[in-house]
Amino acid sequence: MVLRPPPLLRVEGVSVDFDGFLALDNVNFVVEPGELRILIGPNGAGKSTLCDTIIGRVRATAGQILFKDEAITDLPEHEIVRRGICRKFQAPGVLPNLSVAENLLVSARRDRGWWQSLTSRVPPDETARVADILERVGLADRATVAAGSLAHGEMQWLEIAMVMATNADLLLLDEPTAGMGRNDTARTAALIRSLAGRHAVVVIDHDMSFVEALDGPVTVLHQGRILREGSVADIRADKEVEAVYLGRAKDAAHA
Amino acid sequence: MIIETIRTRMADPAARIRLLICLAVVAFGVAAPSLVSSYSLTLLARFLAYSILALGIGLIWGQGGVLSLGQGVFFGLGGYMLAMHLKLAGHAANDLPDFMVWSGIDTLPLAWVPFRSALVSVIAVIAVPGLVSAAFSWLVFRRRVGGVYFALITQALALAFSTLLVSQQSLTGGFNGLTNFSRLFGFSTNSNGFGVGLYYVTLGSTIASYLLLRWLMASRFGTVLRATRDGENRVRFLGYDPTPYKVLAFTIAGMLAGLAGALFTLASGVISPAMVGVIPSIEMVVWVAVGGRGALWGAVAGTLLVNFAKDEISSALPSAWLYALGLMFVLVVTFLPEGIAGLVQLRGPATGWRRFGLALPRPRNAE
Repeated sequence: MVLRPPPLLRVEGVSVDFDGFLALDNVNFVVEPGELRILIGPNGAGKSTLCDTIIGRVRATAGQILFKDEAITDLPEHEIVRRGICRKFQAPGVLPNLSVAENLLVSARRDRGWWQSLTSRVPPDETARVADILERVGLADRATVAAGSLAHGEMQWLEIAMVMATNADLLLLDEPTAGMGRNDTARTAALIRSLAGRHAVVVIDHDMSFVEALDGPVTVLHQGRILREGSVADIRADKEVEAVYLGRAKDAAHA
Repeated sequence: MIIETIRTRMADPAARIRLLICLAVVAFGVAAPSLVSSYSLTLLARFLAYSILALGIGLIWGQGGVLSLGQGVFFGLGGYMLAMHLKLAGHAANDLPDFMVWSGIDTLPLAWVPFRSALVSVIAVIAVPGLVSAAFSWLVFRRRVGGVYFALITQALALAFSTLLVSQQSLTGGFNGLTNFSRLFGFSTNSNGFGVGLYYVTLGSTIASYLLLRWLMASRFGTVLRATRDGENRVRFLGYDPTPYKVLAFTIAGMLAGLAGALFTLASGVISPAMVGVIPSIEMVVWVAVGGRGALWGAVAGTLLVNFAKDEISSALPSAWLYALGLMFVLVVTFLPEGIAGLVQLRGPATGWRRFGLALPRPRNAE
């Protein structure tokens, strides 16, 4: 028998109850190390809530979340991040008055305690990682620019870069292509595919052409439940998924 | 290596101009006792003491995005504790301060006993405001209270503090506060030499505080503090706990306010509830707003400018000062949201401040 490494993340029977509205209803969700997973579903399906629950912004009302076989359900947010999960939010959350390089240096910092911050020395490996990431996301020539003055697409890349810089084992990317044109979307897909392997990546998105470009296993959420899991082709062919999600998207496109 | 760093930095003409201006200001500060009248020197000493407090506001508000309307409390703690020692040092060992005798008290209250010692008093002037501001800010920031709510809590604190001082007549001198000092460390506080010495101590403390904060801002602590100002949640989801960063900044601001209070009390010869309550605490924020919260030197410049203006205006037209202050604040907030420092922009184009403690209008983005 081949020994498989244990899953990186296990979401076990998690429910989230917002004053009577079940945003998540008994969700079971597993992410393997290095995997690229795509999370889709209509608006309000609970995709962002699932990410919020994993990262500790929203607390599960039932169930538990295990990361590297340890329960993280009740840890404070920064503790969860320090164990190796980092999230990119839907609206770009860069630090506008810091330069692009500073944004990444803050993200790449290994010792995040206040007493360790009373120095201006940056360890060489952190600088090297930041320089490498700047090259990979194509922001090297923008390094000294204030992050708030970047174009929208660049801001999205900067935030992806920040999440990469934390060196987390699991990256949660919430709508990384929101507001991007076709070319930028293709570049982003290539960037995200290059992350898989080194990190496990969970991508939330609406855009089916982007999902196809990513080409990973897809999980479909609907009304707070997992509806299907399968390859992009399987999901495309699934009548029920089409009914709840693609059909609705078509309606929206017609309207 | 340090010389090398200085040499590369001085290659930049803007940096050379900055250094020249810095040196000129410090040179004027050092020469001031022989340049200005002794009355102006007293004023300068008082206002420099204020500017130490203002540097603290520059740290927490400008860099940390935390607006405190209660810095008068920490200023008052420092001022009152030194004043207590001054009262005791001015009498024979077993005599009580004058106002206690009038209140009919016959033994020294327990809270006053430690202030018999000059050493304890000097340490307490910085340590007690530090401890109080650390405990207070930890309790509040831990609960993730920020923005306008934090400003309101600090304002309530200032109100409670000044009310307490007035109500405890026999312990604090009540409404009149503590005054009529005569000796410190065996020197007469009324001599001319003492005034000049005090001026130099205040000038030195201002420069030291400025350099301390400059160093702190250049450290990674400073970067994370600015990051917290711009996006506390983003910082939290990068694995930082913002609470200790904000608590440390607030504690340093509190300690600087305590030091400022003590130096001010010496320079002015009096400390009273009217100097530490709600209105002075708001005025302190106005100094920094006028000078520019974005740069530490702006806090000092604004403090000196507003206070010398106050002295001129209130001696010419005693009733006009509050109107002038209000007008100045409105004008600065409307037309110059980054204050004098924003006007000068020594550090390249501004990049648009966002999200301060209160929603002050945003400046137009620099191109």
